[in-house]
Amino acid sequence: MKTRSSLIWGFLFGIIFGFLLQKGGVTKYDVILGQLLLEDFTVLKIMLSAVVTGMIGIHLMQSLGWIQLNPKSGSWGKNAIGGLIFGLGFAVLGYCPGTIAGAVGNGYLDALVGGLVGIIVGSGLFASLYPRLKDGILKKGDLGNLTLPRLLKVNDWVVVLPLFALLILLLYLMEQAGL
Amino acid sequence: MDWLYQVRWSPYAVGIGIGVLSWFTWLISKKAIGCSTSFARTAGMIEKLIRGKQVEDEPYYQEVKPTIDWQWMLVVGMVVGALISSLLSGDFSWQWVPTRWAAAFGTNPLNRTLVALVGGVLLGFGARWAGGCTSGHGISGTMQLAVSSWISSICFFVGGIAMAQILFGLIA
Repeated sequence: MKTRSSLIWGFLFGIIFGFLLQKGGVTKYDVILGQLLLEDFTVLKIMLSAVVTGMIGIHLMQSLGWIQLNPKSGSWGKNAIGGLIFGLGFAVLGYCPGTIAGAVGNGYLDALVGGLVGIIVGSGLFASLYPRLKDGILKKGDLGNLTLPRLLKVNDWVVVLPLFALLILLLYLMEQAGL
Repeated sequence: MDWLYQVRWSPYAVGIGIGVLSWFTWLISKKAIGCSTSFARTAGMIEKLIRGKQVEDEPYYQEVKPTIDWQWMLVVGMVVGALISSLLSGDFSWQWVPTRWAAAFGTNPLNRTLVALVGGVLLGFGARWAGGCTSGHGISGTMQLAVSSWISSICFFVGGIAMAQILFGLIA
């Protein structure tokens, strides 16, 4: 794909993504903190229904040979430690790197002046420490680009279909529990 | 077309919409939805403005080039999309201090902004450490069934829930 059209598609997809996040309410600090305080399950409902829907489609397209999925490689040192640091920031900031873009569009100035600047500084800080981390902690407990089906040594669909049912059941139970 | 003007949609409508959107990003752009790499590219672009071209030789920016790419434009588009949505519904407002924050920690914009800045540093640092965020790992990676993304996503919420309890349970 030519770079220019790729950039235009990225921009158009972004408009739709930002529109959806704003309609979902997750461009708001109050909704994100509501989730992390386990009072409002909007964030989880959006994420899980996106995963359920997306998972079926992309695996179908992969089985048809239309696309080639590209699961991220990682390690315990990378994903568990990085994930926990991210989580701390998630609660302190109250936006994530995606929803903060939506929050800026929503007019939230703490996101624009505080959070956005912080994320860029934090990213740059990591880049400067990267040479000291990359062959040490980031390689601890290497996973490669392991997927759940490869871990279980089964066909993708053996995981996709039960997980599809399980996540829908989970969403159903959350509604039943009044979450 | 009333739905375009509504303030909130069902979270399931939004989630299914994002899921369908992900089919098209794969089909048309061969890419998964993600956001946080763009902030690292931005950091690199700013460093380049200050320190010059040598920034491109740094190991991290060898892997993550400080240039505008598909995902960077996605993030810019997200600002526009949220702006359109909030203007249509009348939900747009200039706001320094969110309601829930104000109830617990007061209405001083400076306090909120400084804490947001600190939170942002942790978030950006953690996202680069983990190699993704709530979009790249949390949605796109989990749907590809990547083990690295499931570990990351669980840790995002473990860390987030713990910190939210500390902030609102102990400090507030």
